[in-house]
Amino acid sequence: MALSNEYIQEKLVEKFNDQVFQFSTDSGILSFESSTEINLKVLQFLYDEPSLGFTFLTDLCGVNYPDHSGAELVVVYHLHNFIENIRIRYSISVPEAKPDVFTATKLFESANWMERETYDFFGINFIGHPNLKRILNVDEMDYFPLRKEFPLEDQTRIDKDDEMFGRG
Amino acid sequence: MEQHSHIALPKGSIEKTTTTLNIGPTHPATHGVFQNIMEVDGERVVSTEQTVGYIHRAFEKLAERRPLYQITPITDRLNYCSSPINNMGWHITCERFLKVELPKRVDYLRVIIMELARISDHLICNSIVGVDTGAYTGFLYVMQYRELIYEIYEEVCGSRLTTNIGRIGGFERNFTNTAFTKLEKFLNEYPKVLREFENLFARNRIFMERTQGTGGISAQRAMNYGFTGPNLRAAGVDYDVRVQQPYSSYQDFDFKVPVGTTGDNYDRFLVRNAEMYESISIIKQAYQKVQSFKGAEAEVYHADVPAYYLPKKEDVYTKMEALIWHFKIIMGEIDLPKGQIYSAVEGGNGELGFYLVSDGGRTPFRLHFRRPCFIYYQAFEELIKGGMLSDAVVTMSSLNLIAGELDA
Repeated sequence: MALSNEYIQEKLVEKFNDQVFQFSTDSGILSFESSTEINLKVLQFLYDEPSLGFTFLTDLCGVNYPDHSGAELVVVYHLHNFIENIRIRYSISVPEAKPDVFTATKLFESANWMERETYDFFGINFIGHPNLKRILNVDEMDYFPLRKEFPLEDQTRIDKDDEMFGRG
Repeated sequence: MEQHSHIALPKGSIEKTTTTLNIGPTHPATHGVFQNIMEVDGERVVSTEQTVGYIHRAFEKLAERRPLYQITPITDRLNYCSSPINNMGWHITCERFLKVELPKRVDYLRVIIMELARISDHLICNSIVGVDTGAYTGFLYVMQYRELIYEIYEEVCGSRLTTNIGRIGGFERNFTNTAFTKLEKFLNEYPKVLREFENLFARNRIFMERTQGTGGISAQRAMNYGFTGPNLRAAGVDYDVRVQQPYSSYQDFDFKVPVGTTGDNYDRFLVRNAEMYESISIIKQAYQKVQSFKGAEAEVYHADVPAYYLPKKEDVYTKMEALIWHFKIIMGEIDLPKGQIYSAVEGGNGELGFYLVSDGGRTPFRLHFRRPCFIYYQAFEELIKGGMLSDAVVTMSSLNLIAGELDA
């Protein structure tokens, strides 16, 4: 049986009722959201349910929407079912004030570093992560650089000392 | 005792029976800038902590201020052994997002370039595995043939390593006859050399003893660790993005997906080796298809996307529309549609994905690169635990870890 987006949606709604929402199909991939606290249950269900079988975590990353008050930070999971060859995108959002998300490392070993990267850049706190520390940035950093509040350097600034860059 | 107080030894480091060994950040065995803090008991690896991030360049943040075409040179610097695949992967992501249809000839030309890049990537990896097992000859020998590939890039786009090849919608210029002549030269000379290279290693007693049964992983663990590409296929899972979700008309080509069984260093070598033969076959097919275009069709090298593809310079000087588009593109005045997309290509190391979120502005709102290297390097400890230190070095090179891809 070919797995279809409609079937996945039906299964999820049947299991989680109104705790899963915002279903949409963006360029062929089914996207949906759920309430934050059931993220592990949803991932586990997608993994275990024989007719769904999303056993491969392709990607995990964060997005920061500073305008979405109370849901500024979003964690996006891309899951893949190799046999049926279908992808889905699942996201949960957390407030910047309390960015707590349960870790998926128990389910996917690959989530380990991807969650560390997401913590490093967005400050999302993955509860239960075995080794939640910075991975790409220096340990002493005291901000989360991919949050929108962290500005890129002003491209028009003129106070740079060119001699430092061998252009003096 | 007083004068040595500045040496802060960790507690218990005198009493312990194992040795802490730093491999990297810059060590001949790492082939890139990353560190491995190993705990070794004699020659056996007890545990290891991999550290990455020494060349983090904030690509994802940079991309948030750049229009699409300015992001291409960033992608060069991910896996710099196969930059053209990264470039094409990015173009394909943009084209899918903007719903641009490409002419078949462009697709086939891209396939040629991408498969050349795959060969150069696998060539480096396999010959480096050779170097780490003690056979330097193969590495130096095949470098000449990577040079032939780089000359083709140079003829097509003007540069060699960080290529910035192609544009959204096609190529910046048509392939010259010289490019095709160089391609023919490569196709004539390379298979013979690859055979010699294979003979040097594949049934070589020393090489087999060094690589068989080291750094192995089961298919299930490999999937759990997010392996993709040759490393996953060596473990026996026939997942290849080119087959599963064809892009750039890969469905028009006839090729095999080689798989291994044990997922060890030897299987990874064999899978990469077999993939190079498949790549040669794909290039030959693509070249044949390219040659079958006649007349005006044989001159097509880009799609008609005025909003993203720079007009010809002579048109910019003489025609108003072209001048307008030129300025709009260069100044980044073109707003993207709203939405998000995840698009992946089969990179040299596995599934290279681009997750693009747009809020309708001129630049991506968020761009995330799924770097295969970064994800599968986590498994390194599991691969080498309990083995010999010298096997760990071979495992490291046979995973094809590219520092540029570890750190975005």
